[in-house]
Amino acid sequence: MPSFGFSVQPPQHIDLDKNYRAIFDFIKENEPSFQRCIYCGSCGATCSAGNFSQMSLRKVNLLISRGQISEVKNLIDNCLLCGKCQLVCPRNVNTRKVILLIHKALKMPLS
Amino acid sequence: MKFDWFVVPFLAGLTFVFGFCGIKFYRCIRQLSRGEKLMLKKHVFSRSLWLSVKEIFSESLLHRKIFRTHPLLGYMHASLAFGWFLLIVLGNVEVKFYSEYSVNPPYVPIFLNYFEPVTAPNFFGRGFRFLMDLLLLVILSGVALAYFKRFNSRRFGMQRTTQHHFLDRIAIISLWCIFPARLLAESLSAAIYHNGSFLTNTLSKWLSALPVESMLYPAWWGYSIVLGAFFFTLPFSRYMHIPTEVLLIILRNAGIRSHYFGHPYQEVDTFSCSRCGICIDACQLAAVGNSVQPVYYLRSLRYQKPHENLTENCLLCGRCVEACPVGIFSTDIRRHERTLGHEMCNTHYAFKYQLKNNTPIEVLYFAGCMTHLVPAIKKSMTSILDHSGYSWRMLDADEEICCGRPLLLAGQITAANKVIMHTRSLIENSHAQLLVTSCPICFKTFSENYRLSIPVVHHSQFINMLQQEHRIPVHRRNISVKYHDPCELGRGMHVYNEPRSVINRIAHLQPNVHEKAKSLCCGGSLGNTYIDMETKLQLADQALQQMEVQSADYLITACPLCLKTFSSVSPIAVKDIAELAAESIKDTIVPFVKVIEENKSATFAEK
Repeated sequence: MPSFGFSVQPPQHIDLDKNYRAIFDFIKENEPSFQRCIYCGSCGATCSAGNFSQMSLRKVNLLISRGQISEVKNLIDNCLLCGKCQLVCPRNVNTRKVILLIHKALKMPLS
Repeated sequence: MKFDWFVVPFLAGLTFVFGFCGIKFYRCIRQLSRGEKLMLKKHVFSRSLWLSVKEIFSESLLHRKIFRTHPLLGYMHASLAFGWFLLIVLGNVEVKFYSEYSVNPPYVPIFLNYFEPVTAPNFFGRGFRFLMDLLLLVILSGVALAYFKRFNSRRFGMQRTTQHHFLDRIAIISLWCIFPARLLAESLSAAIYHNGSFLTNTLSKWLSALPVESMLYPAWWGYSIVLGAFFFTLPFSRYMHIPTEVLLIILRNAGIRSHYFGHPYQEVDTFSCSRCGICIDACQLAAVGNSVQPVYYLRSLRYQKPHENLTENCLLCGRCVEACPVGIFSTDIRRHERTLGHEMCNTHYAFKYQLKNNTPIEVLYFAGCMTHLVPAIKKSMTSILDHSGYSWRMLDADEEICCGRPLLLAGQITAANKVIMHTRSLIENSHAQLLVTSCPICFKTFSENYRLSIPVVHHSQFINMLQQEHRIPVHRRNISVKYHDPCELGRGMHVYNEPRSVINRIAHLQPNVHEKAKSLCCGGSLGNTYIDMETKLQLADQALQQMEVQSADYLITACPLCLKTFSSVSPIAVKDIAELAAESIKDTIVPFVKVIEENKSATFAEK
């Protein structure tokens, strides 16, 4: 069969009912300011770790709220907890606590 | 041997206290490592023990540090502690004077007036009685002040006091009852034997209308029971600090420190907390409604209650440690407890950042993450370093790298060590002779955790040196400023004078109530991951109000994080010390430029 250079894209839709939202609920419960995030990307723009990696808190927050947690561990492992994201955040999200809570949630078994 | 059944509560209590403390102290000392035991031995069997004895006398008995906090509060503590101590000493001397036995059981000096009432005291006897009455009066005045403090602690310089739990309340009440009970028993015996002095005699005259003889024996029983109750509650209440503080002072002077969570020194620390509540006013979080002060933290640690938010919710500013009259390193305990979950951020830092330029230089400048958020500091430091005449380079010019302290403060030591190893190799490979950093947080980490082969200075120290050597020009301006000591630079690294001398050369430095070791935290501390930004800004606002910044033109600080936090709420402009110094350089150059321009225009006009 001749190759035309095209491939079939896997389905991209996000099913919030089926996805793993336990981490999102856990963080929401322990740090309500997490919900205030407007995904503006200020955190990612200022991120020190973002210089060397794909780390961006905006991305992490988005993935967690969608329940796509497979990539999250790899991303937040780059975080240096320096807190610059917290200083630039226009919505005053307590970013350092959010990061620590994600680490914690990934470690513990959540129902 | 003299004995009566009423001494049993007292004797049982005393035996219990000595037994409990003996076992407790023995366990703590046994848990020390071999090296630490050697240090302790060296301290105890040498002349340096004298230091500990002196400290025990001045702090455990006279409470000098509490006197410095507030004289009335100091008097209250000293009258109880030192007064009671003298009462015991004098009682024992008095017994030696009267008793036919050379060795007496411990209850005889306490209940001397029961066992050997002196019916016709001679000159010395009257002297003893007078001194005993005087001491009792001093102690009773302390107790009266303690009662009064319950209702009006503000008179004692305390805005807030400790919320005690049940056992502490019982211990306090029994302590309060001990001395009135003694006064009653002594006065009744004075009414019968007429051997009292000014205090007991006066009271005995009032009491003589009552059936004193039938009241005396129950009064001794009552005195013994309250003593016993106090001794039985002592090991489980705040008053455990009385015996433990002695051990703490000896261990501290021997140079032993806690360096992991659960170290025996830490246990001595937690038991030494007297829950006096002085740290509550020192803690800025108390003003925004957080009961997370060392007094509550150490209490839940001691009774092993869950306290996760107490561990996390702390600015680690060190104000409580500075204020603590016992000298408990509570911030260290919190930091050590945070490391319990240290493998959480065990990471794979994909550091691609390598040195691009490797030419040997004199000064290596490390801006730090927070400085990158305040470009004015970076710019000022660039201008200062250019004028200094030294060859220099910025380590983190285009990409920010971290010193590792944020991870350390969050307890993630595994990850922090990786960052430290990486950044250390970058610094060592740059072959510089001096490392200058703009961030006190980095400065503290570089000095304490890096073991660098080159000296590290904060930029305020560096600017001070440049100005002293006349390497950069200084232009005095007619402005008045206030200086805020950053926690990590001041209490953390004890750099107080260099920033002040830099400011004094350039501007008029206004005095600040909260300065040096007593300086306030800006609230933005990296130590606290618990509180949100709103609370942090509230803390910053309160700090600015307490510093009364309105009277100054500028608020000067030496930390980019303080600057960033303060500038969002400050009514006056906030500047870094580097900005002040850089502007001062510009000011000296600008007049020359003006003169040249004026000359130019003048020559044009002539033509």
